[in-house]
Amino acid sequence: MDILCYPFMQRALLSATLIGTVCAVIGVYVVLRSMAFIGAGVAHASFGGVALGFLLGINPFFTTILFCLATAWGIAFLSEERKVSEDSAVGVFFASTMAFGVLLIGFMKGYQADLFGYLFGNILAVSRFDLISSLIIGAMVLALVWFFFKEFLLLTFDPEMAKVTGLKVKGLNLLMMSLIAVTIVLSIKSVGIVLVSALIVTPAASALLLSDDFKKMMGLAILIGVGSTWIGLLLSVWLNLASGATIVTVATLIFFLCYFSSPERRKLLRNIEQLRSQMQNRL
Amino acid sequence: MNDILITCEELSVAYQDKLALEDITFNVLRGEFWGILGPNGSGKTTLLRTMLGLIEPISGRITLFGRTPAQLGALRDKIGYVPQYARIDFNFPLRVRDMVLLGRSRKMGLGARPTRDDWRAVDQALERVEMSDLAQRQIGRLSGGQRQRALIARALALEPELLLLDEPTAALDIGATEGFYEWVHHMHEQMHMTLILVSHDVGVVSRYVSTVACLNRRLVAHGRPQEVLGSETLEGMYGCDALYFQHGEVPHMVVPTPAHSHHPAHPHP
Repeated sequence: MDILCYPFMQRALLSATLIGTVCAVIGVYVVLRSMAFIGAGVAHASFGGVALGFLLGINPFFTTILFCLATAWGIAFLSEERKVSEDSAVGVFFASTMAFGVLLIGFMKGYQADLFGYLFGNILAVSRFDLISSLIIGAMVLALVWFFFKEFLLLTFDPEMAKVTGLKVKGLNLLMMSLIAVTIVLSIKSVGIVLVSALIVTPAASALLLSDDFKKMMGLAILIGVGSTWIGLLLSVWLNLASGATIVTVATLIFFLCYFSSPERRKLLRNIEQLRSQMQNRL
Repeated sequence: MNDILITCEELSVAYQDKLALEDITFNVLRGEFWGILGPNGSGKTTLLRTMLGLIEPISGRITLFGRTPAQLGALRDKIGYVPQYARIDFNFPLRVRDMVLLGRSRKMGLGARPTRDDWRAVDQALERVEMSDLAQRQIGRLSGGQRQRALIARALALEPELLLLDEPTAALDIGATEGFYEWVHHMHEQMHMTLILVSHDVGVVSRYVSTVACLNRRLVAHGRPQEVLGSETLEGMYGCDALYFQHGEVPHMVVPTPAHSHHPAHPHP
């Protein structure tokens, strides 16, 4: 337990709690709206933003936020026009923004170890600045979700009805895309560009397997999200493993646990069992 | 009491370059119960969607409560809409009571939480569709008929003056369909609402509505069911003089006069 006395470890645990919570909350919408690919696309786009920050010599946090927001809005704009499907729009941005990042790296002199740290993340390297900025932005994301709770729920459950009731659907959609983008940015330092979409999708997908109610799903997703970031972080320190990968592995294990114990599945197995015994009785 | 609620003047609607509705003109009076009938692809749903402002007409105009759909603003709270059953994801983690509450989203105000009045309206709507005992059930665990009634409750939670129903019996078998219309008819008489119902069930619907409108891209005819549903109208609507028409796998027999009952037909060879 001595390890908990180190400031870097305290920062890591705080950061783990924050991103576990925010990713899970946003993940609920991402999962229910089948937007997992958008999450992955925006996450990969952040690579361009990180590289740009390094090249210009400013904190990549700011360039990445702008870059990810622009990508999210670009995807929303292209698919809104209906000439391109949403997943094609994501596909276009996904690769091109990464390519842009790689080109930028070419302009930089020497090996950029830090930049590659962003790919897979290192929660133990979270600085005071990272933590404070993440806390502020994370709080903003949660506050907006709290405020627009029923609007986002209606938009997710029945977008047509949302339009019919006169909600500003376009604006709300753009806001949700922006929240996804910002959530990704505040998580990449800890879990990495490549792995962040798992932290958004997996806890919410696990919670969905066990819930018949929206609020319950969100609560459970937060519990699973924070649980897996804590367990993953402590395991990674103890076993000297990469933190991001350990967190995602723990979340995935929890997902399969939920999958095999979900009420629907248990019911299915029970029904099969009953059928089998009926068949045997008949024989 | 006989004032006009909906006016449709020479309305034409197109999807890209395909005309879906052409030159439609009619008035709906307050308190009427309209059945809009027509084969698949005749523009019935398009007409409803245009009323709701989901599609812009290319020419002509439509007004509800004296305003175009775009200008409705707070008047939207007077319109209840029950979408086609298949548009809804019933696997969504949502309980019946919470889904019904979503019907009041706009009325509650942006960012607002439900008040006691909101919950009272929700519970009244559930009572009206006889589903109070299922309020806490997840929507996916309802039967087809119950799902449909839950969607109606969501529209009724607004306490609307105008109720639009899009193919409300699509998920029901023939026996349940009959019962459903009986129930809607009863509800209409009790609540003094204006009702517009879109359906392909020519035979059944015509026995319960006050006005039928036969649609096949153009408005073939409209008026009282017994005046309209002659074989000429049906010929115009379906483009042939057959009394049978097929929807999905169940062929229906079209009965021209509402006094007669509706018989399930023998399957086509």
